Amino acid sequence: MKREAVGLLVLLLLLVFFPLFASSYALSVVTLILFFAYAGQAWNVMMGFAGQLSLGHSLYVGVGAYVAAILFQTYGVGPWAGVWISMAACAALGAAIGFLAFRFGISGVYFALLTIAFAEFTRIGFDHLTITGGPGGFFLKVSQRESWDLLNLRGPPIMFYYVILALTAGAFALCALLLRSRAGYYWRAIREDEAAAQALGINTFRWKMLAVILSAAMTAVAGVFNAFYYNNLFPEQVFHISRSIEIILGPVIGGVGTLFGPVLGAGVLTTLSDGITELLAYYNLEIPGVKQVFYGVVLLLVVMFLPHGIWPALAKRIGIFR
Amino acid sequence: MPFDLVANVAVAGVLTGLVYGLMALGLSVIFGVVRVVNFAHGEMMTAAMYAAVVLFTAFGLDPFLAVLPVAAVFFALGYALQAAVINPFITRPEHSQFMLLVAISIILVNGLLMGFGPDAKNVQLDYQLESWALGKLLFDKARVYAALLALAVSAALFAFFRFTLTGKAIRACADNHLGALVVGLRVKHLYSLTFGIGAACVAVAGCMLILLVDVTPVLGPSYTLLAFVIVIVGGLGSMGGALLGGVLIGLSEAMAGLFIAPSAKSMFSFALLILVLLFRPQGLLGRRT
Repeated sequence: MKREAVGLLVLLLLLVFFPLFASSYALSVVTLILFFAYAGQAWNVMMGFAGQLSLGHSLYVGVGAYVAAILFQTYGVGPWAGVWISMAACAALGAAIGFLAFRFGISGVYFALLTIAFAEFTRIGFDHLTITGGPGGFFLKVSQRESWDLLNLRGPPIMFYYVILALTAGAFALCALLLRSRAGYYWRAIREDEAAAQALGINTFRWKMLAVILSAAMTAVAGVFNAFYYNNLFPEQVFHISRSIEIILGPVIGGVGTLFGPVLGAGVLTTLSDGITELLAYYNLEIPGVKQVFYGVVLLLVVMFLPHGIWPALAKRIGIFR
Repeated sequence: MPFDLVANVAVAGVLTGLVYGLMALGLSVIFGVVRVVNFAHGEMMTAAMYAAVVLFTAFGLDPFLAVLPVAAVFFALGYALQAAVINPFITRPEHSQFMLLVAISIILVNGLLMGFGPDAKNVQLDYQLESWALGKLLFDKARVYAALLALAVSAALFAFFRFTLTGKAIRACADNHLGALVVGLRVKHLYSLTFGIGAACVAVAGCMLILLVDVTPVLGPSYTLLAFVIVIVGGLGSMGGALLGGVLIGLSEAMAGLFIAPSAKSMFSFALLILVLLFRPQGLLGRRT
């Protein structure tokens, strides 16, 4: 416990002082890692804690992003107010999907396919929605790149780095608290054996709903960050199933249901992906597709030989409890 | 909108739908027996489409003849994939199986991208432009041949599962895994066989579809989703359901493309999927478990 806390503190301090000596490229890579760590943590609440497999989390990223972006661009509502509306919208969406699925008794593979169906339905819907620019995309006005305007989330990359660092640290702390709370124990009981949990008097419907709503609202914040960091939104990108897969990869590779898994997984995968790009550029092998094939092979090997993810195996090795 | 236009689009939709049905049949057979959702199904089909293109450009082989070698190779590859990679995952949680097949799909999509580049490829044969006229109805020759072959392969598969000993053994594995082990069936071998059969189905469907549409590497994931929609609508594990689902989706896609916008056509498929999942999760022809 002590060693864990010290390790976390060291990591946090490293990340806080990282921009002092990092290049702008390294900063952008770590920002991306933290983004996927945050989104993976949010997905992990639903799957890792409560055992509900969502393959459509891009839905919440996209809706969260579009709601905040439209409020900001069209109605002049700042992101700090808009984020609450984004969260509310995604929480409502999650609640609707969860309600339908759990009331109609849909679970397992069927639940996963239902989440894909909602995300894809929304993606094509946004492609045909004229007020958001359809497939042509929705753009935020880019201004004041040098000075920090934290209130409107307009500023240099280093500001976004600290925003996403704070979000990731906050999500980590929230999940640590959740795991030690009544909800955390109930969720894990449901994950391991839903019928047994129900027999013990746990209202499984209510607690599963809480997991979905919480996970959706947390993912919405990732969407808002996405919108203000990149300043452009395309349905084909934010809602695409490959975005859902990217979110899931981190926690699955790192370790589903663990606190540190999503962070470690995002770090490993983003570093790997950028490392391959660098390596291929060095050897002049930039054929389209080569990078992703490497990536796929590594992914295949990790899922085959580390079924519980990297973190549980690593934690056992260095003697930190999971 | 003139009636004969609508009727002609409907005919084309139904015929294409039968080919979709054969593709989905492969997914349905694999899921029904092995209980693993093949998230690389559409990617396997685009690979088969490229195989047909290669055989056509290199040897001038008609895709209807290419069916035999491509299906045989896909059967062998499917068997090997199941035996070497997927069998150890049978008892793993769903998200783990999902990741495995996503990894395979990433490798397939980008392997095809490396090999063939991002441009669309197709085959060009004389009879693709010919059609039979029945009154005002037009039947594209290629589409009719493709649909007939899809039906024939489905019928053969149905007979295989119904009447042969191996087919019955595979159905026994699907019905009761433990029971199949107890009576001494080689379950892992049968699982591999099943995956091989599913891969062969998708190979035939791919060879047929290349006569009707162009292929690009990135088409894979959308065909995977299409196959899911079809089997869920028809009933996962039900063979007749897969064909029925294919026809329904082919028809609804054609109609949505005609009346609304071609780009919006899969929106209706997903809406249908959501409705079926909620109100009839076992699918139109599926049995409730």
